[in-house]
Amino acid sequence: MNSVNPSIFELSRKDRVGYSLPKSDVPERKLPESLLRQEAARLPEVSELQLMRHYTRLSHDNFGIENGFYPLGSCTMKYNPKINEVTARLDGFANIHPFQPLEHVQGALQLMYELQEDLKVITGMDAISLQPAAGAHGEWTGLMMVRAFHEKNGDTKRTKVFVPDSAHGTNPASAYIAGFDVVSIPTTDEGFVDVEDLRQKVGDDTAALMLTNPNTLGLFEKDIVEIAEIIHDAGGLLYYDGANLNAIMAKTSPGFMGFDIVHLNIHKTFSTPHGGGGPGAGPVGVKEHIQPYLPIPRVEKTDSGYTLNDHYPDSIGRVKGYYGNFGVLVRAYTYIRTMGPVGLRKVSESAVLHANYLAKRLSSAYVLPYDQICKHEFVLSGKIQKKQGVRTLDIAKRLLDYDFYAPTVYFPLIVEEAMMIEPTETESKETLDEFVTAMLKIAEEVVENPELVLEAPHQKSVRRLDEVKAARQIKVNYFQS
Amino acid sequence: MTEEDFRYLPDTSKDVSEMLAEIGVEKIDDLFSDIPKEILMTEELALPDPLSEGEVLRHMKKMAAQNTTSQDMPIFLGAGTYDHEIPSAVDAVISRSEFLTAYTPYQPEASQGELQAIFEFQTMISELTGMDATNSSLYDGPASLGEAVALAQVQTRKKKVLLSNGVHPHARQVVKTAAPGRGSEIVEIPLKVDQTDLERLKEAIDTDTAAVVIQYPNFLGTIEDLRAVKALLADTKIKFIVMANPLALALLETPGQLGADIVVGDTQPFGIPMSYGGPHCGYFSVNKTDIRKVPGRIVGETVDQDGKRGFVLTLQSREQHIRREKATSYMSSNQALNALASAVAMASFGKEGTRQMAQLNLDKAGYLANQLVSKGFKLFNEGVFFNEFIIELPLSADEANQVLLEAGIIGGYSLAKDYDLPNHLLLCVTEKRTKAELDQFVEVLGGVLA
Repeated sequence: MNSVNPSIFELSRKDRVGYSLPKSDVPERKLPESLLRQEAARLPEVSELQLMRHYTRLSHDNFGIENGFYPLGSCTMKYNPKINEVTARLDGFANIHPFQPLEHVQGALQLMYELQEDLKVITGMDAISLQPAAGAHGEWTGLMMVRAFHEKNGDTKRTKVFVPDSAHGTNPASAYIAGFDVVSIPTTDEGFVDVEDLRQKVGDDTAALMLTNPNTLGLFEKDIVEIAEIIHDAGGLLYYDGANLNAIMAKTSPGFMGFDIVHLNIHKTFSTPHGGGGPGAGPVGVKEHIQPYLPIPRVEKTDSGYTLNDHYPDSIGRVKGYYGNFGVLVRAYTYIRTMGPVGLRKVSESAVLHANYLAKRLSSAYVLPYDQICKHEFVLSGKIQKKQGVRTLDIAKRLLDYDFYAPTVYFPLIVEEAMMIEPTETESKETLDEFVTAMLKIAEEVVENPELVLEAPHQKSVRRLDEVKAARQIKVNYFQS
Repeated sequence: MTEEDFRYLPDTSKDVSEMLAEIGVEKIDDLFSDIPKEILMTEELALPDPLSEGEVLRHMKKMAAQNTTSQDMPIFLGAGTYDHEIPSAVDAVISRSEFLTAYTPYQPEASQGELQAIFEFQTMISELTGMDATNSSLYDGPASLGEAVALAQVQTRKKKVLLSNGVHPHARQVVKTAAPGRGSEIVEIPLKVDQTDLERLKEAIDTDTAAVVIQYPNFLGTIEDLRAVKALLADTKIKFIVMANPLALALLETPGQLGADIVVGDTQPFGIPMSYGGPHCGYFSVNKTDIRKVPGRIVGETVDQDGKRGFVLTLQSREQHIRREKATSYMSSNQALNALASAVAMASFGKEGTRQMAQLNLDKAGYLANQLVSKGFKLFNEGVFFNEFIIELPLSADEANQVLLEAGIIGGYSLAKDYDLPNHLLLCVTEKRTKAELDQFVEVLGGVLA
């Protein structure tokens, strides 16, 4: 087949191997014939060099943060320091088993305990669990705690969870799967939660409001103190989606704002690599009144050392095998120790400075629907370009030709032809300027040579891919005919 | 260290003043004037001061050195996390920054490498499970099981789940934690010695049942009789969910061949370090007919404008960013990097090597069990086991582990808590354990019989 990269199955030749296993030094044991598989799994047969060439070739056909700027709004694609990778791979962290006796793993438990303490300080919460495996997992864990809290209080009619219409799609999904009815709260023309609408909707059936602040338009919810009052007065809980924490670290905190429960995307804020989609980690933090419901086991410090405690009768239970994505936690811990309090503050300040700078410069060619101070990200609308016959998706594809990744597109859903841009603090001014140049050039191309944009990308190994065909004629397995 | 000296932050004071001027504000604080004063932080965070790279490394090494690792002592713990050989190629590949530092491949034209690697991972797992289709991964084995249960409930429109006690205790707990939100009724099916009690399972099956969950080999190491379970489900619409160790599947008849509807598990045995239990990598396999219901991300093959083969994330209309509160799963990320690690490991071992590796596990576990039995210990397992088995002891498992530890051996998993078997030790033997280590183990543990 006409293809950029051969499949590893096409490279395979019978009797080649890429790894030598130890020779057996014990007698062979035979399984009963009835238990054996009839046909061997068709795994590839390649030498180690062939394997390395295959994956190196694939890596050349892939864009990561070290290839270039990744202005992916709401995803916080900052640089991942190399030291984090060194520490996560230390023998003492990589090669320990989750069921070893506690006295064997005091270093690991100390790290987790200290990370919990750090996250308490950063979020303004009273207790932390590191167990959830990702941001959305943290959301769901948080909502299960909301549920447990109200049930414990005999408040079982609280079935509604409010979610702004600008929210990440995981918010309504995790609320629904935690068993709640999801009620959408509209956004005002200025880009904030419609406080009056919220006030109308709350009542004795209010379980919680889920909010990210700054919100997905990149704006700080200026009425947050009032919003917290409305929810609390109604007997509900306030849930903080930590996806956008990078903008406010050391400037304010969910605790200051009145939130009861928070999750963090520590792979975003604390610089652990995203790995093409994971692993991440999504610790949850809570105020004192929610702490009985945290997942078990909890990492605690006692007079005789660090321990895992599962004696919490009101806990929602275990949300993940073992104790969390420990390897990711090591990276986040390393980053926090590296930056210290001043460094984390400067992270927020630079991230916000960069976003406002980009927003200002790009507003000359694209519509900036919410033209005010933003936090670490902002949303542009490509509606002028749409009138000129080019969609936001085309602009995104054209950016790839300029060796940038594309912004998040068509999100949030409430902005027409949305492009959501987040520069992060680790980009230099030169890179930001180059990006501006490319974006302004594309705006010109839209007018002068729209075909160039509509047909993009031109410089990648493949041209525009047929996503409809992929969904209709599903082929998700090489051997599937 | 001065305040300006942060190695990941490139702004010079000149950059800062130029950007502030362009924005039209005087100082950085003006960019935070939208935060109400009453909630502005006035003091620095109460965290330790920043450390230089050398200082961080020394600090971390010191903490890591407090842990005893499988490099320090031979380890006989399994119970869902395994000490296997990891080819050097694995770290070489996943350390390539184009893989390591990539995001979810939203723009497929810039992410073909990632997408193709995951497509190949999906294929390899489908080959091992004997199923048609596999997703790009989920958080871990327990999370995958939770999603399998949810899928079965959606498909059958029923809520009751029959969960074998041979399933990993953590996986059972995760399923139970999710139950209140999903309205599930979880019924645990007891074991008959070391295997799911088929009589009790048969009695529990009724018209409200959505799914039956069996682990293969089960938590006690025994290879369950999937054929017999499937026979109980004949003429019903109950979904048969199998949670399987993918390494064992290199040898054992596939769950797909034996009639499973959903196969899940964790690919940690292939190329992923134990890392104190995470991150690992959940897999999720189904038959063709169910592919549109699968949670998480899926990579599909397609063509570009010129007809060239290419790959995309497909069936995205199922996902949260489109379906929002109508989505059937909240999971939006996957474990792509660990899936890649597993793919590289499987490709390194290859078709024959993977089977040989499974055989080595089978042989070595058998050898240790035989030696212990000949020493006078009793083997608890009545069924055939793969690389884990249970030894009955004349003392508590904790005491036995202490004896082993004093001889420099990390012992087994105590079954006192989860199975009320206080004097029983679940032992795992992988290809890494040498005959000398096994013989030493027998000698040390044999001492408790004296």
